[in-house]
Amino acid sequence: MELSIKGIVRRFGPVTALGGIDLDVAEGEFLTILGPSGSGKTTLLKTVAGFEIPDEGAVLLGGQDITLTPPRKRDVGMVFQNYALFPHMTVAGNVAFPLEMRGLKRDEIRRRVEEALRLVELDGFAGRLPRQLSGGQQQRVALARAVVFGPGLLLLDEPFGALDRKLREGLQLEVRRLQRRLRLTTLFITHDQEEALIMSDRIAVMDRGRIEQVGAPSDVYARPATRFVADFLGESNLLDGNLAGGAVRMDGFGPVPLPGQPPGPVTLLVRPEAIRLAGAAEAAPCRGRGRVVETIFLGLSAKLRVRMEDGPEVLARVPLRPSMPPPAGEGEWLAVGFSPEDAHVVPRG
Amino acid sequence: MSSPGASRRAFGRRRELALLALGLPALLLLGAVFAWPVLRLLSLSVEGGDLAQFEKAALDGLYVSVLADSLKVAAVVTAICLALAYPVALWLSRAGRVGAAIGLFALLLPFWTSVLVRTYAWLVLLGRNGVVNRALRDWGLIEAPLPLLHNMAGVLVGMVHVLLPYMVFPIYAALLRVDPDLPRAAEGLGASSWRAFRRITFPLSLAGVSAGCALVFVLSLGFFITPALLGGGRVIMISMLIEQQVREFLDWPFAAALSTVLLIVTLAIYGLIGRLTRGGRLETA
Repeated sequence: MELSIKGIVRRFGPVTALGGIDLDVAEGEFLTILGPSGSGKTTLLKTVAGFEIPDEGAVLLGGQDITLTPPRKRDVGMVFQNYALFPHMTVAGNVAFPLEMRGLKRDEIRRRVEEALRLVELDGFAGRLPRQLSGGQQQRVALARAVVFGPGLLLLDEPFGALDRKLREGLQLEVRRLQRRLRLTTLFITHDQEEALIMSDRIAVMDRGRIEQVGAPSDVYARPATRFVADFLGESNLLDGNLAGGAVRMDGFGPVPLPGQPPGPVTLLVRPEAIRLAGAAEAAPCRGRGRVVETIFLGLSAKLRVRMEDGPEVLARVPLRPSMPPPAGEGEWLAVGFSPEDAHVVPRG
Repeated sequence: MSSPGASRRAFGRRRELALLALGLPALLLLGAVFAWPVLRLLSLSVEGGDLAQFEKAALDGLYVSVLADSLKVAAVVTAICLALAYPVALWLSRAGRVGAAIGLFALLLPFWTSVLVRTYAWLVLLGRNGVVNRALRDWGLIEAPLPLLHNMAGVLVGMVHVLLPYMVFPIYAALLRVDPDLPRAAEGLGASSWRAFRRITFPLSLAGVSAGCALVFVLSLGFFITPALLGGGRVIMISMLIEQQVREFLDWPFAAALSTVLLIVTLAIYGLIGRLTRGGRLETA
């Protein structure tokens, strides 16, 4: 079912946790709310789940106003951060719980529990207690429990936070496949930008109780609407300059041609992977010289912090291969450049 | 010549010994002034080399029926305490920081007054012309004073009052350990708050319930001051008979035999409660 959040405001005493949130999630869409801790994303999720009543605004699910509906009548499946599995019930008991609450017949419950456990590849674990399972398995039980009753909306509250990296990556793709297969409208909460980019149809970036930008992952990454989004999503070089006569002038680099924009102060976003170094920089239209401050080895690539001559520090990311060693060592001077097509103007606000 | 593993094990043993040494003064004190005298007393019951004292206790109907009465009183006190304490513990576990502090303070307050003083206070409150009866008469609710003292009602009131905190605290502690997300998750999955409590919160607090019941039951079984003062001789507990044997008849071996029986019954009930609620205990572990 489609979810529609309209003008949600939530205050805790003098603190405004949510300052007027508008958000629409289409049927079958996977939308991620990405934000740092304290941005209000958990409060928003609780409002949709029904554990928080907003001071203003409305939540609509499938066109119906559920703002004041108690959680149990909301038709929403939720996976909690710590899974919130019932420790005194078996895996099957946990998954059967929402079906029992809905008064289904015993045979029907057994059939659907089996089906749900098969869906998350946990058939054969029905009789185990949650504490006898690994973190990843517990997470899958929580997922099975949240989808077994065919909810109209699935809520995921940082469900991968407690898992190690390798397991997390596998589960992310698994959850995504499951969500596509069931065509489940999903609201996913995370502070991990990489996770958001991997999983989402669309991302809503939140900061201090407001949504800064909503868009497809590639769009939000390439064209962030605000400085906060540019900074939070991926690594970025934010270069301040002044636009006059169709070109941006800034410290450390030559002028960057930027036609069709009104003159005044501007901020340019250049991703580290768009920065070219040494020989590769010779052909770049916007160039300068800098000294390597630090080189960080990352396996497939290396990150270089370069202090521009009379200018800011920039971050560059270059691929590494045995035939392609890092272009310069620490303390060495080299050419730094980028092409204007790789620069995105971040609106000042 | 020892392997590295062996020297590590020796190191671990040394640490264990050091910890033991720290606990030693308390252990010695307990052994000297508690365990040893108790063992001496209990050994008096088989002094003659036979079980004659136990035979005497078993054959005299008085002792058997008093023991049965004591068990009954203990069971009733435990049940009343549980019924009163659970809601209090639940409220405490969900009250904010200030509410919980005030509630816990109120619960601890009686501990600063001796049981003797509190029991005498009940004499003043529950007597024929006590506060309770006078108030009821003044309001016109009763004509003649209610018999609240020197009977079972008085004993139960007094014992529940003294033992209530022993029930509240274990249940409160168990409820605090229940992740608030669990009942929340249950409600999100379609349970009413009552069903969420019955299916999730309550079963997860059973370890505390069992600990509280064991504590209150065992303490009631050996209760002496309160039933002696408030029961007015009409409610006889096994501990009162033991005291009588020692003080009036100077029959130490028989008192020792009765004590042994009380100890065994207590341990048996303790074990039974533990076994009945073992499931609950494992689940919150």
